[in-house]
Amino acid sequence: MIAGVVGELDHHSADYIRQKLDAELVKASNKNIIFDLSKMSFMDSSGIGIIMGRYKNIQKLGGKASLVGLSDQSRRIFEMSGLLKIVPAYETIDEALKNM
Amino acid sequence: MQPINEIKLEFLSKSSNEAFARVVAAAFVSQIDPTLEELADVKTAVSEAVTNAVIHGYENSQGLIRMHCKLFCDAVEIIISDDGVGIEDIELARQPLYTSKPDMDRSGMGFTVMESFMDIVEVTSKPGEGTTVYMFKTFKSLIK
Ligand SMILES: Nc1ncnc2c1ncn2[C@@H]1O[C@H](COP(=O)(O)OP(=O)(O)OP(=O)(O)O)[C@@H](O)[C@H]1O
Ligand SMILES: [Mg+2]
Repeated sequence: MIAGVVGELDHHSADYIRQKLDAELVKASNKNIIFDLSKMSFMDSSGIGIIMGRYKNIQKLGGKASLVGLSDQSRRIFEMSGLLKIVPAYETIDEALKNM
Repeated sequence: MQPINEIKLEFLSKSSNEAFARVVAAAFVSQIDPTLEELADVKTAVSEAVTNAVIHGYENSQGLIRMHCKLFCDAVEIIISDDGVGIEDIELARQPLYTSKPDMDRSGMGFTVMESFMDIVEVTSKPGEGTTVYMFKTFKSLIK
């Protein structure tokens, strides 16, 4: 599944994004997920929680997660938290697919 | 050092005001024309402090959050405070990955993000009385 985040990811929008993602993940037959953040205009630490939470859920089902389209700002935030060590970041969706 | 401009804002602890507060702070700071990256740093730090007041300070009940900004020719001071539950152990709260709400998809990185995007972050708090976060940032692009 490829999930695109468009707009701002903060505590306010996180509830909606979480519900959407979890509903789609339940339906999906393939539990791998690529987060495409190239259209995300803002993110704070709420983003770490959202990605980490989804990663934990799909990991139990044998799924993998990766990130694409990081801005400098979001990369710094993810790096600080150590998230990129378990949810790797790639330049393109193709590259992420190859490494799934 | 005399500020060249100053604003005070008071708003309800609604999650929709997180975006409002960070946009106000960014618009205020943009008067001195820092880089887009520096503006994004301020926006993110304000978002972290206000979100903490909403989630932890008032635990999603309603109260007032204050934001006080002072602008200097090449720097900004931002103070965000609430009259919420307060913090027992500030040192513990500021540790990377420490969160009192791990069940709610919180990562415990808010204070670490503020520290990394601003030059100075000081936290004062009293249990039952509230929390104040003082932040200061010099814009390297504006230093003459
Ligand atoms: N305004 C506040 N009032 C009361 N407690 C606070 C306040 N701000 C922070 N805290 C406490 O400090 C802890 C750490 O805050 P921090 O922002 O670093 O992480 P978090 O909010 O738990 O997670 P994240 O910001 O990554 O989503 C919080 O879990 C909370 O217990
Ligand atoms: Mg926080």
